Amino acid sequence: MTNSVAKPLIYQFDSAMFIKMMGDMPLVSLDSEDLLDAVSFLRNEMAFSFLLDITAVDNLDMSHPAPTRFELLYLFRHDEFEKTLALKVAVDDPEVGVESIVALYDVADWLEREVWDQYGVVFQGHPMLKRILNHNEFVGHPLRKDYEITKGQYCTQTQDMMDELQPLMDAKGLDQERDELMILNLGPSHPASHGTIRTLVALDGETIKAGASEIGYLHRGFEKSCENHNYNQIIPYTDRLNYCSALMNNIAFAKTVEDMMGITLPDRGIFIRVILSELSRVIDHLVCLAAGLLDMGAQTNYWYLFNPRNDAYDFLSKLTGARLTNSYMRIGGMTHDLYDGWRGDLYDILHKVDVGIAQTLKMIEHNRIYQDRIQDVSPVTAEQAKAYGFTGPNLRASGVPYDLRFTSPYYYYDHFDFDMVVGSVGDTHDRMMVRFEEMLQSMRVIRQAAVAIPGGEYNVSDHGIIMPPKAAVYNTIEGAMNQFKLVYEGVKVPKGEHYGAFEAANGELGFYIVSDGSGTPYKVKVRAPSFVHMAAYPKIIEEYQVADAIMTLGSLNIIAGEMDR
Amino acid sequence: MDTAYFIETIIKIVVLLLVFSALAGFGTYFERKVLAFMQRRLGPMHVGPYGLLQIAADGIKLFTKEDIVPQNVVGPIFKIAPVITAATAFMAAAAIPFMPSFTIFGYEVHPIISDINVGILYILGVMAIGLYGPLLGGMASANKWSLISAARAASVFISYEVVSGLSLLAPIMMVGSLSLIDFNNYQTGGVGSWMIWSQPVAFILFLIAAFAETGRTPFHLIANDHEIIDGFGTEYSGMRWGLFFIGEYANMFFISFVIALIFLGGFGDGSVGGALALLGKVSFIFFFFLWTRAAWPDVRPDQLMWLCWKVLMPIAVINIVITGIVIMF
Repeated sequence: MTNSVAKPLIYQFDSAMFIKMMGDMPLVSLDSEDLLDAVSFLRNEMAFSFLLDITAVDNLDMSHPAPTRFELLYLFRHDEFEKTLALKVAVDDPEVGVESIVALYDVADWLEREVWDQYGVVFQGHPMLKRILNHNEFVGHPLRKDYEITKGQYCTQTQDMMDELQPLMDAKGLDQERDELMILNLGPSHPASHGTIRTLVALDGETIKAGASEIGYLHRGFEKSCENHNYNQIIPYTDRLNYCSALMNNIAFAKTVEDMMGITLPDRGIFIRVILSELSRVIDHLVCLAAGLLDMGAQTNYWYLFNPRNDAYDFLSKLTGARLTNSYMRIGGMTHDLYDGWRGDLYDILHKVDVGIAQTLKMIEHNRIYQDRIQDVSPVTAEQAKAYGFTGPNLRASGVPYDLRFTSPYYYYDHFDFDMVVGSVGDTHDRMMVRFEEMLQSMRVIRQAAVAIPGGEYNVSDHGIIMPPKAAVYNTIEGAMNQFKLVYEGVKVPKGEHYGAFEAANGELGFYIVSDGSGTPYKVKVRAPSFVHMAAYPKIIEEYQVADAIMTLGSLNIIAGEMDR
Repeated sequence: MDTAYFIETIIKIVVLLLVFSALAGFGTYFERKVLAFMQRRLGPMHVGPYGLLQIAADGIKLFTKEDIVPQNVVGPIFKIAPVITAATAFMAAAAIPFMPSFTIFGYEVHPIISDINVGILYILGVMAIGLYGPLLGGMASANKWSLISAARAASVFISYEVVSGLSLLAPIMMVGSLSLIDFNNYQTGGVGSWMIWSQPVAFILFLIAAFAETGRTPFHLIANDHEIIDGFGTEYSGMRWGLFFIGEYANMFFISFVIALIFLGGFGDGSVGGALALLGKVSFIFFFFLWTRAAWPDVRPDQLMWLCWKVLMPIAVINIVITGIVIMF
C-alpha cells in the first residue's frame, strides 16, 4: 500500500525511488535528467493534473548528510483529487539547475520563478526566469541558508515590465506604434486593485490586448522569518497571510504541525476550529463579494455585506481579543476556551449574515446590469483552471468538484451535512455566485457544529506542547519547567518533512514544513492560492475591457498578504 | 432695453449663481445623507448638528487647498477646463423658468433670465458644450486615466445628445414651440394634461439620457473611481476640482427642472401651489438620481454605447414617427 500510488512511476523510471510517506503523500526521489520525462509521464499517463507547488530545500545547515546542497520538491495532485505525490529532485549545480516544466503546467511559470528568486536554482528553458517576489535590483537569494536574515538591501529603481509585455505583444503580432496601443499601469496603487498589485496592460481603446503582472510589493520574507522563529511564534505571521480570514491560516498552520507530530486535538478543540474556520470563510467571502460589488458601483450591497462582517469581527474580538489578526491558535490547541454565551452571539451573527446575503441577492440576482457586467467575462474552462493551478471557489466555479473538505476530509467534515458548490462556466459571475452559495453552506456547518460541540478539554494534554495553566507554572516545578522549555525552545517537532493541505477560503492553503527536530522549523513553504490565481490573471483578462479586468481581479479574490508573503 | 431690465437681469444672474452654487453644496450633503440612510449608516454627523456644517467644511477645504498644476500638463487648457464645465451648466440655466412670475413692490418679476423662443434648443446646445470640460481636462492632464475618461466623455455625451434631442422632438411637435414657458402653459389643465401621459416613451428616454449626460449611476463612467480613478479629475485639486463638482450638481438640478417643466406640468397655472409643486417635482427627480445610485451597479462603456445606438435611438425615432402620424390624423 505504501507506494501503490507511485508504483507506475517507479517502474517506468530507473532513477525513481520511493523514499517514504509524508502523511498520505508518497515522496519519490528522482534524478534531475529524468525530471521532464517523469513529470510528463505523471501528467499524461498517471493523470496528476494539478501541480500544487514547487519549492527547494537548502541543505547547507542540515544536520544529516544530504546528497546535494539543493533539492527541489514538486507536489502533485491527481485528477480525481484524492491521491497526491511528491517528487524530490537533487540539484547537482544550481547554476545548471533542472529542466523547466512550464510546457506541461502553466502554473509552473511563476512557481519556478519563485524558486529561482528565493534559492537561485536555474530552470533550463523557462521563458522568463526573473525575480518575482524580491525586487529586481536585489542581489543574492534570500532563502539560501547562507543569506543573513538581517541583511537588508535598499532597492529604489522600478522596472518598466516591457521585457514581459513586449514578447506577449509580439506573439500576437501587435506593435505599439502601428496598432496605436496605449501602455497603461493598472496599479500598483489603483483604487480597485485590492492590495498593491501592478498589472501592465496594452490597451486598444479600452480592450486589454496583453497584460503582465508584477507582484511582490507586500513581500516581507515570511518564509525566512519562519526559519528564525519557533513554531508558536510563527502563528502571528500566518495571520498576515490571508488577512481576510486570519484564523483559518492559524488553524491550517497549527494543523500541519500537529499532523507532523502525530497529535490530534480533543473533539471540543476540533469543533472550535471547524466553527471558526467556517466563520472565517464566511467573512472572507463577504469581503470579496462586498468589494467586488463595490467595484461595479453597486455601493449599497457593500454595507449590506460589510455590516454583518463587522458583527462577526466583534464576536472574534470578544473571543480572541483581536479583530483582524487573531493569533488564537497554538500548536496543540488554542489559547483559551470559548466564552460563556458564545452560542447566542454566534447565532445572532449567522442571522445577520443570512439577512445581508438575502438582501444583497434581492438587489442583484435579477438585475440586468449586474448580470450583463459579469456573465461571460473572463471565463476559465475546467482544463484551463487545472493547468493554471486554481483551487478553491475559483476552481469550483469552473465546474471542477474539488474541495478538500469532501475529497480528503479532516476535522469530521465528512460527518457534517453540507454541499459542495460548483459553478458551470467559470466566468466572473460563477466565481461570485459560488462564493454566495458557499457562505450559506458554511453557515450550515457552523450551525451543526455549534449544536454538536462536546464539552471537556479543548487542548492536547501534553504540556511539552501546550502551555500549562498559569497556576501550575507558578506553583509547581514541572509547570515552571514546561513553561521555560516552551518559551525558550518552542515545541519540538520530530525530524522530517510534511505537506499539510487545508481548504482555506481562497483555495488549497498548503504548508510544506521541514523539521530538523528542533523547536524552529528548518523550512516553511506556503502554497498560497492567491499566488497561483494571480499568475493566471493577466492571461484571462486578455481581450476583455479595463472594467472587466477590475471585476475579474475582485472575483479571483487576490489577497496580497498571502500572494507576496 | 431700459436700465431697469438690465439691473433686473444682473440681479437674477447673481441670485441664480449664488442659489445654485449653494444648492450644489447642499446637494452633496443631501446625497450623502440619502445614500447613508439607504445603506444603513449615518453619513456625515460630526461637523455641526447632523453634519449640516459639512457643506461649509467642504467648501473651506476646497477653497484653501493648494491648487496644483502638475508638470507636463497643457497649462492653459488644464486651467480652463473646469471653468467650462461650471460655466456651461449655469449658462444653460438662462432659459429655464424656475418659478412662475410674481409681483414684488408692484414690479412684475419673471424668474427666467431670458425667455428666448428656442429655449430647449439653447439648453441642449449649451449643455452639450459642457462636454468640453471633461474632454479638455482629461486630454490636458498628461495622465492616461484622464485620457481614457476624456474618450469616454466624448463618446457618452455625443451619443446621448442624440437620444435626448430626438426624444424631445416628439413633445416639441405636440407643443409647437421651443420655449419652456410655452411647454408649461401647454400642461396647465391639471395632472391629466401632463406631457408624461401623452409622451411616456419620450419621458423615459429623456430620463435615461439625463442620467448619462449628468454622469450618474448607472452611467457613472466618466469619473468611475473603481475603474479609471477619478477620470478627468484625477490630476485636479482644490477649487478647480470643486468647479467640476459644482458643474455636475448644478447640471443635475437644471436637468431636474427641465424634466419637471417638459413632462411633469412645471409650475402649472402659476399659483403659489404650482410653484411649490414644481420644487417638489424637482426635488423628487433629484432624489430619484440618488435612489438609482443606491440601487444599481454601473454599466460598462460598450454596453452604454450599445444601449444608446441600438436600443434608445431607434425607439426615439419610432416615437417621433408615431407622434407625427397621430398629430397628422
